[in-house]
Amino acid sequence: MPGIGGRMSTVIKAKISKLLDRAEDPGETLEYSYQKQMELLQNVKKGVADVVTSKKRLQLQQQKLEQQVVKLDTQARQALAQGREDLARTALERKQFAQTELQSLDQQVAELESQQAGLIEKEQKMRSKIEQFRTKKEVIKAQYSAAEAQVKISEAASGVGEEMADVGLAMQRAVDKTENMRARASAMDELEAAGAFDDQLSLTAGQDEIDRELHQLTSQSAVDDDLARLKAELGAGSAPPQQSLESGEQERQG
Amino acid sequence: MIVRIATESQYRLPEEAGEELNELDNEVVAAVEAGDEDRFHELFEQMLDLIRRAGQPLDEDELEESEVILPPPDTSFVEAAAEFTGEGLIPD
Repeated sequence: MPGIGGRMSTVIKAKISKLLDRAEDPGETLEYSYQKQMELLQNVKKGVADVVTSKKRLQLQQQKLEQQVVKLDTQARQALAQGREDLARTALERKQFAQTELQSLDQQVAELESQQAGLIEKEQKMRSKIEQFRTKKEVIKAQYSAAEAQVKISEAASGVGEEMADVGLAMQRAVDKTENMRARASAMDELEAAGAFDDQLSLTAGQDEIDRELHQLTSQSAVDDDLARLKAELGAGSAPPQQSLESGEQERQG
Repeated sequence: MIVRIATESQYRLPEEAGEELNELDNEVVAAVEAGDEDRFHELFEQMLDLIRRAGQPLDEDELEESEVILPPPDTSFVEAAAEFTGEGLIPD
């Protein structure tokens, strides 16, 4: 296959032979695999701990943002009650932004949870493959001539090597993703500390111009809706509706 | 043939499905080279679907080398493009 699958296979296979080259003969692969397995196990444990830490941090941000949403909604209400529609609009824009961030945090927390589960599952599969290799190696040695056994054990070793390379890749990806989320989380903490939630674009770095405009469009209409909702709520509480005033006038005239 | 979806699992695939996979694989390459991100995701999903649908996951006690290894299911367009230019998804 010349395509993407083929290219990936070539790269992984180069990786496997590099992994297995370190063992002198296929029989030693078991020893080497155990060593590697212990390293991977430590890595996976560390990876899971990293994931949990990141998750806690994101959950803390969720709480903060939820408080912010309530606060901004109250502020918008107060501003509108005082006839300051401009201020109310700004507050609602920020609220809209905080809500968008909340949604993306929800997604990230869910993603971290599935990564955690995935890593644990991978690690167990790797263990099981290593055990299989141990058993198989003994069976092969007992059943085949030395030369044949060498070939068969090599084949099985490649299977184990592939699994090792794959666990390594899964680890790598989980760690990269967690680091990205962490960088984003600290950026948000810093912005929040500086009270810089006004600068909405700085948090959406990496999006192109069209994304940005689309985001503005949707958040704009959400803000309009929100503003209308607050107006209606406040209107229902204080000033009587326009309709009844006019009909009262008509009665007096008639 | 034996196919692996990286970071997921290994599957045993019937011959016909292997051919279908090969065709999709070529289309994916064309999409990546044309810079068509939507088409890439669409086709790559089809490849994953095909393997999961037509393939039989390998048993725990099977230690086989894969004939073809597909990139991880969450491969981004940027990563797919890198597969053809740089060192690919796997750093040393």
